[in-house]
Amino acid sequence: MEATHDHGAHDHHDEGFIKKYLWSTDHKMIAFQYLITGMAMGLIGAFMAYAFRMQLAFPGMHVPGIGVITPDVYNALVTNHGTIMIFWVAMPVLIAAFGNYCIPLMIGADDMVFPRINRLSYQIFLLSAIVLIWSFFVPGGGFGGAWTAYPPLSAEELYSLTPTGSSLWVVAVGLEFIAFLLGGINFVTTAMNSRAPGMKALDVPITVWMIVIASILFMASVGPLLAGAVMLLFDQNLGTGFFDPMSGGDPILWQHLFWFFGHPEVYVVLLPAIGFSGEIIAVFSRKKLFAYKTILLTAIGTGVLSFFVWAHHQFISGIDPRMANIFTITTVLISIPIAEMVFLYIATLFGGSIRFTTPMLWALAFVAEFIIGGITGIFLGASGADIYFHDTYFVLAHFHYTFFPIAIIGTYAGFTYWFPKMTGKMMSERLGKLHFWGTIIPFNMIFMPLFVLGAAGQHRRIYDYTGFPELSLDWMQMTRVVATSSLLIMLSFQVFFFWNVFASLRNGKKAGKNPWRSNTLEWTAESPPGHGNWAELPNCYRGPYEYGHPDREEDYWPQNLPA
Amino acid sequence: MQKPIATNRSSMGIPTGKLAVWWVIGSEIVIFGGILASYLMHRLGHPEWANYAQHTNTMAGAFNTLVLLTSSLTAVLAHNAAERGDGKRAANFLLLTVGGAVTFLIVKGFEWNYEITHGYVISSNQFWSFYYTAAGVHAMHVIAGAILMVWVSTLARKGQELQRVELIGLYWHFVDLVWIFLFPLLYIAK
Repeated sequence: MEATHDHGAHDHHDEGFIKKYLWSTDHKMIAFQYLITGMAMGLIGAFMAYAFRMQLAFPGMHVPGIGVITPDVYNALVTNHGTIMIFWVAMPVLIAAFGNYCIPLMIGADDMVFPRINRLSYQIFLLSAIVLIWSFFVPGGGFGGAWTAYPPLSAEELYSLTPTGSSLWVVAVGLEFIAFLLGGINFVTTAMNSRAPGMKALDVPITVWMIVIASILFMASVGPLLAGAVMLLFDQNLGTGFFDPMSGGDPILWQHLFWFFGHPEVYVVLLPAIGFSGEIIAVFSRKKLFAYKTILLTAIGTGVLSFFVWAHHQFISGIDPRMANIFTITTVLISIPIAEMVFLYIATLFGGSIRFTTPMLWALAFVAEFIIGGITGIFLGASGADIYFHDTYFVLAHFHYTFFPIAIIGTYAGFTYWFPKMTGKMMSERLGKLHFWGTIIPFNMIFMPLFVLGAAGQHRRIYDYTGFPELSLDWMQMTRVVATSSLLIMLSFQVFFFWNVFASLRNGKKAGKNPWRSNTLEWTAESPPGHGNWAELPNCYRGPYEYGHPDREEDYWPQNLPA
Repeated sequence: MQKPIATNRSSMGIPTGKLAVWWVIGSEIVIFGGILASYLMHRLGHPEWANYAQHTNTMAGAFNTLVLLTSSLTAVLAHNAAERGDGKRAANFLLLTVGGAVTFLIVKGFEWNYEITHGYVISSNQFWSFYYTAAGVHAMHVIAGAILMVWVSTLARKGQELQRVELIGLYWHFVDLVWIFLFPLLYIAK
């Protein structure tokens, strides 16, 4: 037996690879697990986009890296691209990774309230990702019935031709929901109960608020779809007919269950990105976040309204036109709080001493690009216009103008902003800006042409347009080539991101505790924070956005400094 | 594992565990809400389902309702004992509650066995699909609750984590309450 130790039991003990990286209960390590898994899934999703865009631009071509794409593979690719990007990239990165990393640090706690449930949540998530990837390799191939999985296509193996793939898809999505329910309960409870002494509800940084509101929205909306997933699984495997009109079921029921969750889900991923950009815009404008309380109220208002808009996805599913009118009104109404938030962010910028760092560029781009997504949404929310636009590339371009800013631009904003805290190193601004412009310009060049194609009547989910003479005019094919080429350019510019990350990790400038001169509590911890985050947990004395206070010599006033 | 400081803080004035259990119950309500709302929408449009509901065993369902209600009583008595710091007594009452859960499942097993052997299976028609799905999802919650109660009672017997007796009780009352909705909707409504 060792009687003496020259160091404390806590500081130095070697945990071993598995304990430290795979079985950790530390919220920061779990955040990295989510981040890396999410980004790896993002690469898979991006590869799928590359594969089917190549097929669309050059039908029948031998695509490098995957080969000639057959119709069933094409369907599986578009389906799983959508599924992966929303459920295995946007959710784990925006909510789970940043939520895990930021919530305890920003509210001045040493960890999540339930570290082991947190670990379990990641493990279930990882299992769900494995099940999804496994589903690509079973006989019949991956599920190809679109990420919305409308029955009877998704319920009947006679139609979907993917007997195992469609069931595994449902199981994967269900497991993923359970993982995020566990994670969300942890986030909400932590933010409610474990704040630093002195931190009142309105001293909580906007990022934390947004992730909490998003988690509550998720909890309140996912239940019916979880029930629906069980019903779909039974339809597929036990011979029930919940969604099968032949045996008295109703396929529209699935659409209701799906979109009752699916629409709030947009706001579940949007709100964290709004939170990051608010945080970043305040810091790099050196100004108090304009109308903090109003931003919160509009976020809550958006959340509540988002439960009353779902049927705008079903305008051509045979719903009563009077009902369609009601949903048109609620849908157009929801643009008011979102527009309000955009105005408040612009007001934050007004008169500030703006610094165009890489995170700031991403945050501004998020707001600018999301506006385009929002405005095109009004065309689709109006039932009259939607009858024409439904299921065209106009819809596709619209939601990519919402989801790309959210999932990709929002992630890069948060990542570049918190990278110094996560690693203790600064990222290269030069590479960062190169990556920024190399992503933003091609992004617009991919999806602007798709709006035009959609307005010209190009339908979604078509494997090969050469069979449709009115959709394979020369200019249309040219436009597809432009979009695909832009995608290739955008994907190749992502190399600069990974280069930047690895180069900065290796020989980036030391970041110190607070390189951005921010107020929020995470910047008072070491970079990177050790186990337990602080040697002594901080107290909180004021709100998070006291920049440029007239009584202070310095232009910022950290939350932990006594008055 | 040592609990983090975060777990023992209470900015809201509500114990962390209790707060979390209420969020769990909240998200469970929407899960069952989804199933029940789907069922009700269909049921209202299909008055003929009353003929299928004739074949459910209302007596067995009523007995099971009584069993669950009684098990909620023992859960309350367990909480009461835990409040007074009597872990052993709390553990015994929790095991009685587990006994209720097991009785419930056994009765359910006989019921389903009878129904299945008489040709009323999950794929027979929409009513039976909902019947087995809703009751099945509920039964999964009964099983999960029973397992958790065995675990909490083992800890409580050693005098550890006595606050969890109340938390598992809260969850158990919720499982009970779901049954209070399922029983009339699936068995009695004719």
